[in-house]
Amino acid sequence: MIQNPPNLGIDLDPVRHPEGCRPGIDCDTWVIRGARVLDPSLNLDTQTDVYIADGRIVGLGEAPAEFASQQAETIQAQGQWLIPGVIDTWARLREPGLEHKATIATETLAAVSGGITTLCMPPDTDPVLDSIAVARFIKRRAQLAGRARVAAMGALTQGLKGELLAEMAELTEGGCVAISNAHYPVRDLRLLRRALEYAATFDILVVIQPQDPSLAKRGCAHEGVIATRLGLPGIPVSAETAPLAQLLAIMAETGARVHINNLSSRAGVRLIAQAKADGLPITASVSAHHLWLSEMDTDALCGNTHVQPPLRSLRDRDALREGLADGTIDCVISDHQPHEMDAKLAPFPETEPGISGLETLLPLVLKLVDDGLITLSRALNALTQRPAQLFGFTDSGQIALGARADLALINPDTFWTLDDTTLLSAGRDTPFMGWDFRHQITMTWVNGKRVFSRSEPLSAP
Amino acid sequence: MAVNFVRPIIPKLTKDPWAIQFDAAGHLKHLLTIEGLGSSWITRILDTAEGFMSVSDREIKKVPLLRGRTVVNLFFESSTRTRTTFELAAKRLSADVLNINLSTSATTKGESLLDTLRNIEAMQADMFVVRHEQSGAAHFIARHVAPHVSVLNAGDGWHAHPTQALLDAFTIRRIKGDFAPLRIAIVGDIKHSRVARSQIHAFNSLNVGELRVIGPRTLIPNDIEPLGVRVFHDMRAGLKDVDVIIMLRLQRERMEGGLLPTEQEFYRLYGLTEEKLKWAKPDAIVMHPGPANRGVEIESRVADGPQSVILEQVSNGIGVRMAVMALCMSAES
Repeated sequence: MIQNPPNLGIDLDPVRHPEGCRPGIDCDTWVIRGARVLDPSLNLDTQTDVYIADGRIVGLGEAPAEFASQQAETIQAQGQWLIPGVIDTWARLREPGLEHKATIATETLAAVSGGITTLCMPPDTDPVLDSIAVARFIKRRAQLAGRARVAAMGALTQGLKGELLAEMAELTEGGCVAISNAHYPVRDLRLLRRALEYAATFDILVVIQPQDPSLAKRGCAHEGVIATRLGLPGIPVSAETAPLAQLLAIMAETGARVHINNLSSRAGVRLIAQAKADGLPITASVSAHHLWLSEMDTDALCGNTHVQPPLRSLRDRDALREGLADGTIDCVISDHQPHEMDAKLAPFPETEPGISGLETLLPLVLKLVDDGLITLSRALNALTQRPAQLFGFTDSGQIALGARADLALINPDTFWTLDDTTLLSAGRDTPFMGWDFRHQITMTWVNGKRVFSRSEPLSAP
Repeated sequence: MAVNFVRPIIPKLTKDPWAIQFDAAGHLKHLLTIEGLGSSWITRILDTAEGFMSVSDREIKKVPLLRGRTVVNLFFESSTRTRTTFELAAKRLSADVLNINLSTSATTKGESLLDTLRNIEAMQADMFVVRHEQSGAAHFIARHVAPHVSVLNAGDGWHAHPTQALLDAFTIRRIKGDFAPLRIAIVGDIKHSRVARSQIHAFNSLNVGELRVIGPRTLIPNDIEPLGVRVFHDMRAGLKDVDVIIMLRLQRERMEGGLLPTEQEFYRLYGLTEEKLKWAKPDAIVMHPGPANRGVEIESRVADGPQSVILEQVSNGIGVRMAVMALCMSAES
């Protein structure tokens, strides 16, 4: 019935399938009854039953002829929402290299508890993800954990040093979904131009985090009223827009597909809008915390608002929200960076930047919908369909016959508070501790296997 | 003469990090920043300092207010003047004083700030006087210290140096009396100055007539006006009708960051010479938090001249620091 694509080196499936699995035991069959099924890619918003077998969606509304109903587990999901699993295109899982902060096992559990079924890892691991061996290791670790899919991004330059091109064709053939130099700059513009040309040859997506290292030097907060008042070294908006403008000039000559990661400023949003109007193949993402927090939340006492790029002014935050609503910004990311406690126990400028964001990504975006700032379909589009298109997850990010059964079931009306008991990530560094949310993820499926259930969150998949 | 009032519109933070300075009963426990003290506490500190000034003139320069208490000077950044005046203030209050210079010892061995703190805390200290190169360090320490310990900020990064601002306010009050009719100008590197930030909060809390900052754009942050100052880039315009001139120290490192071309150019434009001093009011006083770079931000003849009160600042510093220590340890005389 359903054809699996040939396995080319590294596939993304964390759950062994279909080779060597026993139907009904390893490969589950599920019926999810009565949920409000939401999928912006197909304009789907209807109450119906969903049938899952062999890792894929095999029936919508009615069971297919060969469906083994007796063996299927049934979930009564009336009143809940069933959405395609969220695809988070920028999350650090800290493995390999920084296992004292978190591991792939802990963070993929946190991810599925937040409705995220696919994670893309930037290449700034240790060793750097500039060889197939590291990509294989990550895939293997994700398989052992058996929760979310983990897709790797290959390095743009060898060792992320910005000196020599990495073997990006081999990396992408081996399963890397994009290439990036993470937050390390490519100072040599000639090299950047050649990297884009080379990537364009093979139609590889290049992910760029624009931040000029000299303008951002030693900075730890947005250069504005709050940084001035607290005496914190500032990062000006031009640290983002100057390299972005350079990049756009180079893009006009190369034709490579570029995805701007984690936009933070109003001026940045305008540059992207202009570039899109000019027809450049550019897309962009914003982190969920930049949609909710601003410099006003920068607290000199607590490093949990220390992020890179920094939280900017309220005007910038509003522009990011508008950009997301009108599609200038394509997707929302968690920018997940779990830290051990000690990393944040220091004076603000000395704390390590980044926050733990997997479990708040979907709730924060749905909170924007609640506040009437974006539509539900745009919110889901930015979390599922759009990243699937951009990063080439051709059969995920939608609820269609034959699509991968990567799904999240949400209770849309249960108020819950983010606290130490609800947070599953090894990184406790979130500025949203104590926030109330309305949407809670109750169950998550990856590849047709239930990998998370709120009633027993730590059970093995 | 009419004075233009510039009312400070201080941007609000969503949390109030300064509340930590007070205990549950509303009494001053830590002194971390001028923000949140308000004119009542500042005035109370200055009045208390006035009472302690006479101690230094006695034959036996001691009062027994902090007898049996231990004050630890915890300096992560080198300092001579501030540390010695804090030490002297503690000794005149009869406290035991321990000086720990950490810029060279523990932290370079990889020990975390919190570990260092816990170790010294275990030695039964009652008060930490902290200087650190990072903004927010004193708050961080106050938040994590044992409940009986008071923390005094002796300068953290570019953020705050509250006792310096208090001793400057004390000096001005002694000479000029009321703040309301005064024009005060702060000259030089505002951007990297914790002293300037604390002075801006202190003088505005005391309802100063007009507060000005003077310097090139590289040394004055873009968003400084909301703190309640008027910005001048021209020394002559900025010093016109000014009653108090505060010169800030220009760090040599600023030249390397491309903030200024040379010391000579800075001296020519903003260095306080006898000639430029004439642009201010004839009875204007000249202050400097020290140590002064003679020939860079101030001419020797001005620093040592009749209008200079730089040495008074230093001796007033002891009284003000005694007052802060006594108040924070609830041992007001």
